[in-house]
Amino acid sequence: MARLNMVQALNSAMDVMLERDQSVIVFGQDIGYFGGVFRCTDGLQRKYGAHRVVDAPIAEGGIVGTSIGMAVNGLRPVAEIQFADYIYPGFDQIVSELAKLRYRTAGDFFAPVTIRTPCGGGIRGGQTHSQSPEGLFTHVNGIKVIMPSNPYDAKGLLINAIEDDDPVIFFEPKRIYNGPFSGYPDAPAQAWNTHPKSEVPEGYYTLPFGRAEIVRPGADVTLLCYGTMVHVAESAATLAEVDAEIIDLRSLVPLDTDTIIESVKKTGRCVITHEATKFGGFGAELAAIVQEQCFYHLEAPVLRVAGWDTPYPHAFEWDYFPGPKRVAAALQEVLEGP
Amino acid sequence: MATNMTNKSRLHIPAPPARPGEAPNFDYLEITPPGALDRPPTDVKARDIEHLNQGMIRVLDDEGHAVGPWAPQLELADLQVAMRHMLLTRAFDTHMLRMHRQAKITFYMQCTGEEAVAVASAMALSPGDMLFPSYRTQGLHITRGRNLVDLMCQCLSNSKDMCKGRQMPIMYHWARGNIFSISGNLTTQFPQAVGWAMGAAIKGDDDIAAAWIGEGSSAEADFHHALTFASVYRAPVVLNVVNNQWAISTFQGVAGGERRSFAARGPGYGVPGIRVDGNDFLAVYAAQQWAAHRARHSHGPTLVELVTYRAAAHSTSDDPTRYRPEDEGAAWPLGDPIERLRQHLGHAGWSDADQATMQSDVEAQVTESWEAALRYGTLSSGPQLDRNEMFEDVFKDIPDALIKQRNQLLELDD
Ligand SMILES: Cc1ncc(C[n+]2csc(CCOP(=O)(O)OP(=O)(O)O)c2C)c(N)n1
Repeated sequence: MARLNMVQALNSAMDVMLERDQSVIVFGQDIGYFGGVFRCTDGLQRKYGAHRVVDAPIAEGGIVGTSIGMAVNGLRPVAEIQFADYIYPGFDQIVSELAKLRYRTAGDFFAPVTIRTPCGGGIRGGQTHSQSPEGLFTHVNGIKVIMPSNPYDAKGLLINAIEDDDPVIFFEPKRIYNGPFSGYPDAPAQAWNTHPKSEVPEGYYTLPFGRAEIVRPGADVTLLCYGTMVHVAESAATLAEVDAEIIDLRSLVPLDTDTIIESVKKTGRCVITHEATKFGGFGAELAAIVQEQCFYHLEAPVLRVAGWDTPYPHAFEWDYFPGPKRVAAALQEVLEGP
Repeated sequence: MATNMTNKSRLHIPAPPARPGEAPNFDYLEITPPGALDRPPTDVKARDIEHLNQGMIRVLDDEGHAVGPWAPQLELADLQVAMRHMLLTRAFDTHMLRMHRQAKITFYMQCTGEEAVAVASAMALSPGDMLFPSYRTQGLHITRGRNLVDLMCQCLSNSKDMCKGRQMPIMYHWARGNIFSISGNLTTQFPQAVGWAMGAAIKGDDDIAAAWIGEGSSAEADFHHALTFASVYRAPVVLNVVNNQWAISTFQGVAGGERRSFAARGPGYGVPGIRVDGNDFLAVYAAQQWAAHRARHSHGPTLVELVTYRAAAHSTSDDPTRYRPEDEGAAWPLGDPIERLRQHLGHAGWSDADQATMQSDVEAQVTESWEAALRYGTLSSGPQLDRNEMFEDVFKDIPDALIKQRNQLLELDD
């Protein structure tokens, strides 16, 4: 066991897989010699060479398209898109090709591509370095969508993604790369090394997709979240002094509906939170599932706390971000009424 | 599968000539002697000037004399204006970088060593021409006479920020000055410039469009879209690729610059491509003038590669000593655009004292502008933007749903 932050845990996952499986290659802008703008691939090119840890031209459509081709030819590309905000030039290759190849060829062709991409705000990145576009991809059938909230999960899930024969989009909440984030921007930065989930085995292990984790058991309300918001949710439960059951979904597609349903049936209340904008976001799917499956157990409307329905602003970052105060208000509302 | 693989393959993986700890080496750079290349008529065919996309159009010789057919007709007063704009651009960058270090702004990008690119272009084009900038062409604003206070207020996200706090620093725009908005997403402006130019032609206006991207950005599909549409419709547009050798840590070879120049891509689309010494103010000016003349006289688009060197870090988030030799900039064979123009001006009687006076003038202008900008607040203090404005301009009229969200935000703080 070692104490790792998210960046190191992700690096370790790729290191383990490059070592273990000759068909794994790492591919993306600035990921080779430089080791990535967030340093997630630091040292990998030195260890595995420039032919397996490959710097790519600035062309996300090209990165995804060629990754598909390599994957069809037996490789397991782990492609990095430098920021999730820059994934859109690759959108057609992801949506029309990567996601549908297996289906349209009745399984004769498939492309086990993993796309890693940093997402989310809280770093003063403005609208082009802060987006959380997971909902655009969960709506596409044929790709798995993952977002870890801590180093231990990040490594196990990334290894699982690389080994998965289906394509995976692996969102990495960049705000928590170097430490968990309470949701209070003025509080001193925390490091991962005091967090239990920073204990990461050195070698190979996997965490299966489709398993949510109850990070805090509770009786009064179920709080569904993922990524950075898992940590914000914990602050919110403390702030609201509510006995919330906090569920870290980790895997959005496939989704662990059993854990969600069981929890909501127990608590009778549900609040959903994500950084992405609210309208048509992944939270809407979660709310619909809860409504369909738990209607007769519900004591209050299901509430969503999300980014406002605007682009991500630079100056008003903390008014935009669904911080502890907003989540706490929703927790109180489902318990006490508006 | 993949059983015979090793860490080496028969793929070609481009590598820069030198990494940290190694001696800088620019042997790969093809440099033509100043004055050596012809200046063809502007109605020339792409295939007839292939030599201009492999050679390098240069005007200033090693002694600072303007030589050859590309030497533009510029008065001493014009050259002084050029010098002033380049000095002002550099002084502005220097100051803003310092303000970032003092945590007054959250981010910054310099164009150090590339000042001639934007300043010469803006001087060669007409005020009505629409400019589609990259984030490293702040000199376009400065040359078109933008009040520095406006640029600074944008970087400060303060109460006078033209973007109302919605964009990161340096993402300027200027509707009245005909300078389009900078996007964080690379190369998107290239086809947009072509479209603007198509619009001008459809409307029967004489104005043209010009756009700038980095060489790294030329890998994006939008580059192809721009060249295709520009060629098909013979759009009145100047498409500039600023080849400053680096895209963050990535050497220009990874964008495809190893075998042929970026200018050489033009003829493949039927678009003339010319390769220009980007640190030679006179050459950049002449090239833009030539390309603009083509566009304005219905001869169509031009692809211009401006060869330069990114002398500073990519941005305030970057540390170039991690990926290129620290002394690489010093070995750059095309020198510094300001020093080279200064040498040229020297032959016209421009003295060191003149230069020093202009330098202290622009520094004073920057300092005064900064003081004025601070009166409109900073991101964290002084007059603030109204956060209610966060919900505006998503649409022309604010929808009810957003009014509700705005009220929710306000109630939260009651
Ligand atoms: C679509 C897209 N992909 C990736 C990025 C991240 N990024 C920002 S600047 C940059 C390098 C651009 O290099 P170049 O085009 O050569 O311009 P330079 O910075 O050298 O002026 C990258 C990869 C981005 N902004 N947009």
